Amino acid sequence: MNYVLRGIGVLATVGSISLLAFSLPSGGEARGDGGGDDLMPRLTHTAWQQECASCHLAYSPALLPRASWRRVMGGLDQHFGENASLDPATQADILRFLEANAADSGRSRMGDKVMQRMEKTAPLRITETTWFVRKHDQVPRATWSRKSVGSAANCAACHRQAEKGVFDEDTVRIPK
Amino acid sequence: MIKHIAWTSLLLLSASAAAADTPASFMARYAQQAGVAVTALSPARGEALYRSEHPGRSGGAQSCASCHTANPKQAGQTRVGKRIEPLAPVANPQRFTDAAKVEKWFRRNCMDVLQRECSAQEKGDFIAWLNQVK
Repeated sequence: MNYVLRGIGVLATVGSISLLAFSLPSGGEARGDGGGDDLMPRLTHTAWQQECASCHLAYSPALLPRASWRRVMGGLDQHFGENASLDPATQADILRFLEANAADSGRSRMGDKVMQRMEKTAPLRITETTWFVRKHDQVPRATWSRKSVGSAANCAACHRQAEKGVFDEDTVRIPK
Repeated sequence: MIKHIAWTSLLLLSASAAAADTPASFMARYAQQAGVAVTALSPARGEALYRSEHPGRSGGAQSCASCHTANPKQAGQTRVGKRIEPLAPVANPQRFTDAAKVEKWFRRNCMDVLQRECSAQEKGDFIAWLNQVK
């Protein structure tokens, strides 16, 4: 019985390791979304999408500089009040992707805009950047704390196509 | 030739069946780690763990149910409003089928709610409860 269990354990381990080996080296290439719009290129990266987006929208790497992403990824065990720790390999994989496409990577016009107005060295929150504050200066403070919104971290509450990477003003509908 | 294919597919099938986790296989593993029989896992203790309230970081009480709702067959919500698929396997067959995922979320959420990691016994009880939710 013990040997049977052990055999199952070994098989399961081998199975998960080989799965890991296949899923780890995920694509980190930034690509335009085909429409010639290079403002915020559509990005694909398996671990970034799977891990970051299990709790919140996978925020674009172009919205914070490299130094910020290093701080964020270096403190995942205390991630805005929650434990979001990852295994070291996944953490390093995601950080590489974030750094490669960060605001100061020169890879997107969005990043350039964010950097033009950057006042802090390495803000931890996208909402702390001057770019974000100015873009949202018409939204009253009380709107952010509505139950239907929750907080400014919930992009999709108002940007109804945020999941698709679309943030145009005409797609915005502020919930009651 | 046909015999050969049949044998190969049988081998592949049994390999993948052994590699895939189920709620029952997690219960067996956690019971073994805790040094108890599977039958010693307690759905009642699992439910109590799920509902027990602990002081949260922001002052208020928090429990598993804070995000996963009082009914584990229902979808929950993260603090920033993202949907959490139901925890009970009866409502979400994807639950407890991936060892890395299960360990990751036990580690994170036990640290958040209990300020410590959960024991193998607690994890076993927890799945024993969820697995019998109808």
